[in-house]
Amino acid sequence: MKELLSLRGLIALFLLVVIGVGIFSAVGKIPFGQPDSEVGSAYLEDGRQETGAANTVTSVVVGYRALDTLGEVAVLFIAATGLSTILATSKKRIDRKLEDASLVLKTGCRVFFPMILLFGAYLFIHGHLTPGGGFQGGAVIGSAFLLTYLGCSGRRVSRTASRSLESLSGFGFVFLGLIGLMVGESYFLSNFLPKGELYSLLSAGIFPLIYILIGLKVGAEFAGVIDSMIEESR
Amino acid sequence: MIIIATVTVFFMLGAALSVFFFKDLMNAVVASSLVSLTATVLFYLLQAPDVAMAEAAIGVALVTGIFVVAIRRTERYEK
Repeated sequence: MKELLSLRGLIALFLLVVIGVGIFSAVGKIPFGQPDSEVGSAYLEDGRQETGAANTVTSVVVGYRALDTLGEVAVLFIAATGLSTILATSKKRIDRKLEDASLVLKTGCRVFFPMILLFGAYLFIHGHLTPGGGFQGGAVIGSAFLLTYLGCSGRRVSRTASRSLESLSGFGFVFLGLIGLMVGESYFLSNFLPKGELYSLLSAGIFPLIYILIGLKVGAEFAGVIDSMIEESR
Repeated sequence: MIIIATVTVFFMLGAALSVFFFKDLMNAVVASSLVSLTATVLFYLLQAPDVAMAEAAIGVALVTGIFVVAIRRTERYEK
């Protein structure tokens, strides 16, 4: 047994060294803090004028690379669906008695839950103005639900609500893209709404709409994942 | 700034090494979330607040929560 363990350790060490050498040879020669591609500086220089979003990261994520974002959202959707499918079909259920959460955790989850939700909503509504966006806001909303499941046990997310919110917002994302294909500059997910004034809330065309949809979708997905991790496999 | 970054990096390395040595897996999970927390500080210092937010929400909160749930399902102490 011990020999096997040490063999496993050696293999793991070897793999770590291989990964380390690979990463170093790939990115080790890039000088630190110096832009190496012209695409990046083009985004930094023209991004604000072209898209109307004050946050350049947003103009890349939902503007220039919107199709990649759709792919990311699809990957997350597949992962969440697969997890809930695997956990729902497993027959083995152990009923364990849970310890009651402490008073601090119980009160904390009641006090902080609405605040964290509000912060998550702020992150994705203001994604085109300040740092943050749909994924960050959705993850913050998911962590609010995690706090609820840890602290206020007994409260659950409605399965149908999270599923339908997730599907509707995903559908809305693709639908916005299709509208852009029809009206705007005739490519998928083109920015067909007026750009508005830089730094104002209603600016950057469809970016706030897309980020609100992504935020709702990611938040509902994380809430569903946490629900199936904690409740279904109990 | 370079001093704060250096201190953060050493803190991160210490947390990452302590994950390896803890026998109580709950301590190891908390130490690994400390690695994410220091990574958040580093991202912020490198002027990437978007990435820092994603790391804070996913790396510190959600991954830690999922590991805690997994430990509750399995065993707490490493043999």
